Amino acid sequence: MAACSIEDLLAKAEQDEAEKLKSITVQKELDLEFDIGNLVAYDKNRIDIRQFREQKKEDFLRSLARDNTQLLVNEIWKHPTERVEEVIVVKLPEPTTPLPREKPPPKPRPPTKWEEFAKLKGIQKKKKTNLVWDDVAKNELHRLRNIARAQKIKVPGVGLTPTAQQSKTDLARAVNVAKSSTASAGKFQDRLPKEKAPRNTGKKRKFQPVIGNFSNEKQRQLDLLKVLDSKKPRLDVNKAVNKQMREDDREESAAKFKKGGKKGRKGGNFSGKGKGGGGKGKGKGRAGGKGQGPPSGKKGAGKPGKR
Amino acid sequence: MRPLTDDETKTMFEKLSKYIGENIKHLVDRPDGTYCFRLHNDRVYYISETILKLATNISRDKLVSVGTCFGKFTKTIKFRLHITALDFLAPYAKFKVWVKPGQEQSFLYGNHVLKSGLGRITENTNQYQGVVVYSMADVPLGFGVAAKSTQECRRVDPLSIVVFHQADIGEFIRSEDTLT
Repeated sequence: MAACSIEDLLAKAEQDEAEKLKSITVQKELDLEFDIGNLVAYDKNRIDIRQFREQKKEDFLRSLARDNTQLLVNEIWKHPTERVEEVIVVKLPEPTTPLPREKPPPKPRPPTKWEEFAKLKGIQKKKKTNLVWDDVAKNELHRLRNIARAQKIKVPGVGLTPTAQQSKTDLARAVNVAKSSTASAGKFQDRLPKEKAPRNTGKKRKFQPVIGNFSNEKQRQLDLLKVLDSKKPRLDVNKAVNKQMREDDREESAAKFKKGGKKGRKGGNFSGKGKGGGGKGKGKGRAGGKGQGPPSGKKGAGKPGKR
Repeated sequence: MRPLTDDETKTMFEKLSKYIGENIKHLVDRPDGTYCFRLHNDRVYYISETILKLATNISRDKLVSVGTCFGKFTKTIKFRLHITALDFLAPYAKFKVWVKPGQEQSFLYGNHVLKSGLGRITENTNQYQGVVVYSMADVPLGFGVAAKSTQECRRVDPLSIVVFHQADIGEFIRSEDTLT
């Protein structure tokens, strides 16, 4: 009995295993081609048309899809897995199927102004050769060094040691050095007709430190103020003229007031307007007139008309 | 940030003296602390020593503004005074102009002051003298340049300009983006 049951158990276990495997094994004539990178499987097996017609079409297609999907999943599981936040993830390989372009190809952009110019002039791109040690220059340099050593002076550094091929910058530098090697450091050297004044040569500007000596700074500014004050002219011409004008106006108005007082005592507030005011006195003159009331005799005739 | 060179200091003081005359020494030499002028990105800032020392901890490209901006040096090294300097210039102003309430708003919008809007003006103002513009309630509104001397102001017709507008406190809203 027991033996039977053991055998039975074993047989059952085997059967179970087989069943399990059955569910995940699929038999196909031709193996599928896989592109796991794109999760694609290509099934090149022929479809049995008779079988297709016999069965219900839905069922046939469903079983076919199921089988192929099973094979695909089997293939996926063959790749290395890892665990990301409690989820098992398979690392997919590179896709092998070439996919067509997503966007249209870029249109050729229009040539730039330089490209057009270069084409017009026939300029080609010239590659600058790597610097090669110049034997001629080497000799010259050694010769100068020897001389320097003999006479105990320094070798001239700036672009004066001759090389066979001098570039534009070297020549320019040599010219600048030659020009400023005069007694007044090149200040009075004439320039060629179209030569431009060199603007960037010169030492770097030095400024006071940001947090320097505050009292020194204050003192310097106060001195500067004193100098500025002394430069201002003592007699401010404008001020003097204005003052003079005011004085004159005041005198005139005082004189008029006296006269007006003798005649009719209607002197209102004359505010500094004499005949000297001329045609400009409209505003204030009228105000004066208002204060006066009815104009008196000669004065009245003078006011609105002539002004 | 660096201190001003002598030339720059001279240019700036000349400009300031147009408005406050010899009172600049009250700005330079203050009893309540050491204040100094520093240049940063072409702008001149008036800062106290303590703030300056703190400001040196900030890198140049990140530093936007320190203390009070007095003005800036243009590309041709002329000094232009900004409205932000008004708080320091107003108490020391030598020549003042008071504007009538009606014309106040016009001035604050950036227009020049006409004779009709002129309330009072200090005696002895020369032509093209720097002036500080006040409202009738003695609130400083900005600065300008006298277009006519006081004498001429009296005789001129009401629609002519008496003060050219240079800066007004309306700029705090109008040019919010460019003021530092």
